[in-house]
Amino acid sequence: MEQLALFFALLFLTVLGFILGKGRAVALSGHSDQPLHSRLPYYGLYTALWCGLPSLIIMAGWMIFEPQIAEMLVASQLRDSNASITPDQLSLYINDVVNLASGGILSREPDAALLSAADNYSLFRQISYFAMAVVAIAFSLLALFTSLKKINPALRARNQVEKVVSIIMMISSLIAILTTVGIVFSLIFETLRFFDKVPFFDFLFGTHWSPQTALRSDQVGGSGSFGAIPLFAGTMLITFICMVVAIPVGLLSAIYMSEYAGKKFRAFAKPVLEVLAGIPTVVYGFFAALTVAPFFRESGTLLGLSVSSESALAAGMVMGIMIIPFISSLSDDVMNSVPQSLRDASYAMGATKSETITKVIIPAALPGIVGAVLLAMSRAIGETMIVVMAAGLAANLTANPLEAVTTVTVQIVTLLVGDQEFDSAKTLAAFALGLLLFVVTLVMNVVALRVVRKYREKYD
Amino acid sequence: MSYAMDMQNYTTQSETATSEPKIMARDVNVFYGPSQALKSIQLDIGANEVTSLIGPSGCGKSTFLRCLNRMNDVIENCTVEGRISLDGVDLYNSGLDPVLLRARVGMVFQKPNPFPKSIFDNIAYGPRLHGTVSNKDELDERVEKSLRRAGLWDEVKDRLDKPGTGLSGGQQQRLCIARAIAINPEVILMDEPCSALDPIATAKIEELIDELRERFTIVIVTHSMQQAARVSQKTAFFHLGELVEVGETDRLFTSPQDDRTQGYITGRFG
Ligand SMILES: Nc1ncnc2c1ncn2[C@@H]1O[C@H](COP(=O)(O)OP(=O)(O)OP(=O)(O)O)[C@@H](O)[C@H]1O
Ligand SMILES: [Mg+2]
Repeated sequence: MEQLALFFALLFLTVLGFILGKGRAVALSGHSDQPLHSRLPYYGLYTALWCGLPSLIIMAGWMIFEPQIAEMLVASQLRDSNASITPDQLSLYINDVVNLASGGILSREPDAALLSAADNYSLFRQISYFAMAVVAIAFSLLALFTSLKKINPALRARNQVEKVVSIIMMISSLIAILTTVGIVFSLIFETLRFFDKVPFFDFLFGTHWSPQTALRSDQVGGSGSFGAIPLFAGTMLITFICMVVAIPVGLLSAIYMSEYAGKKFRAFAKPVLEVLAGIPTVVYGFFAALTVAPFFRESGTLLGLSVSSESALAAGMVMGIMIIPFISSLSDDVMNSVPQSLRDASYAMGATKSETITKVIIPAALPGIVGAVLLAMSRAIGETMIVVMAAGLAANLTANPLEAVTTVTVQIVTLLVGDQEFDSAKTLAAFALGLLLFVVTLVMNVVALRVVRKYREKYD
Repeated sequence: MSYAMDMQNYTTQSETATSEPKIMARDVNVFYGPSQALKSIQLDIGANEVTSLIGPSGCGKSTFLRCLNRMNDVIENCTVEGRISLDGVDLYNSGLDPVLLRARVGMVFQKPNPFPKSIFDNIAYGPRLHGTVSNKDELDERVEKSLRRAGLWDEVKDRLDKPGTGLSGGQQQRLCIARAIAINPEVILMDEPCSALDPIATAKIEELIDELRERFTIVIVTHSMQQAARVSQKTAFFHLGELVEVGETDRLFTSPQDDRTQGYITGRFG
């Protein structure tokens, strides 16, 4: 709450800085005979940035480090009074102090020492907060005056503002990159821990998946086997079914839209098709589980086939429908970008429309189409929700689409649902699966992007 | 009216060469939506000669050219009225399939537009399409002959499997000409085939056009009056959608009968 007030105070000073800075530049441009280096708003931004940014950085730094300093103070007081305390007890005690000060739940009855420590602690926090507010506002005011003073016609305000802005943009992109790198590294480290417990080749080439392990040594439980083959086989089976549905339908509709449909139909159909991609996958999931899967089971019984109520077929088909817009929309774009001059060349050779499409347009667009298919495929491999709901959990190693199968993503979900010890092989297996999946889709994406880029170069 | 005089002029002279014009256009009007691009064009194109169409930009030269192989059909709101015939057969009203027509009337475009396929496949496209060759040897032979006729064989014979898009602009244009003659058309239409080329490549193509004249009837659109004078026997001058004057190239350039032609070729407008 108080932080918010401080924040608004700083915001006010920043806006004030903008107005004053710009005003000063206006005044200068009226009086001095030397032309201003930059346009007027840049002087305002220059002052505003000086007013706002450094104080914000001070505040952020303060908020990060201040609680730790406060806790260190409590700890040193405690060590002074009781030298024999263990680190565990110490951290518990500090926790209690912090909780007492902020009105949380304690692990013990508060005694006099605890109460006085909590008082000390909250006093320190108050003082420190007050100090922070004073420092930040003082700095902001100081910056306001010095930067106003600095404004003169020769000041390169635009260059400085642009530099700051570009640094801010660089930091933003760094955040995105570092997050990705962080995720990948945490995956790698946890996977390495997993391979301490389960041999690498057992994981990669084992054909039996049953991740139940005993939590305690005296417990009776599955010995736990972590062969990932059935999971990848299930993923492949479902992806295959999905692509069998999505590629023909997607491609044919792309050809229709880009070559045959009128402009009006295309303007209407394309966005509608893209809505398919916007439907949440959960919705597809229960559509698959509640409508499609029972339908397959019943029609299977009519034909004398035994179809399990959760089948790879149902999940794959529904997923295929979900993927259609990826393929049709991207392929339509690539086919549309095949230059008209190539079509003209083909027609002028006496080719019919369908000959032109099959012999010129599709070959020319093929790299792009392949790219679209690969992108759609990596999307299908990573899809979870539909499979959780419609394909089941049984890790069967089968090629029969009528049986229940499970996929990598589904198993990751089930491994992590419920109470788990974090360092059990069962939990760590999720990281290994995740890493493997990541590698597979990464390779596919890289290939897809390469292919697409190669295609671009040809016509640009 | 100068036009009538020219027609007489034309008839007397072409009677010595061929009795019947290859292509006859009568009262041709072309509209793009509501706006008229060509107004009542009458033009005869003699067999085995080069006819060049000249005129300021936007006067309808390309539009007329596209009427001759019905490439206007591809343009959405384009309507063609009047009679155009090839060897006496009406192109638009006799139930002639435009696909078959285009196999007889080839076209080379302003910008080289080779397919993103190999050089060989570019040339083989037409023959394969129309099934005019029965085996691989014949196809090879056809490709070589077309490339030779287009004067490109020596430059590309070692790289037939390389993409046609990797050739230079002038080579690409000759590749497109080779592609057009590979289907043995009777007429070749060329829409400013040299406008993207340097003088040397242009000279090569002009030489080529002169050779091709023996076998094919050629109609060429050009912005260069020197080019029209060099390669063509007949020249037609278009202005604002009208055919102003047509006649022997030499005669048209030395003593134009219409003021507009005079103005255009002396560079007063256009
Ligand atoms: N696809 C089209 N849709 C509508 N109008 C068109 C179309 N193509 C050409 N036109 C119009 O028809 C007229 C004749 O065009 P055309 O392309 O035949 O001219 P041109 O003589 O070939 O000119 P240039 O020498 O610049 O190539 C122009 O006014 C042009 O704007
Ligand atoms: Mg033109």
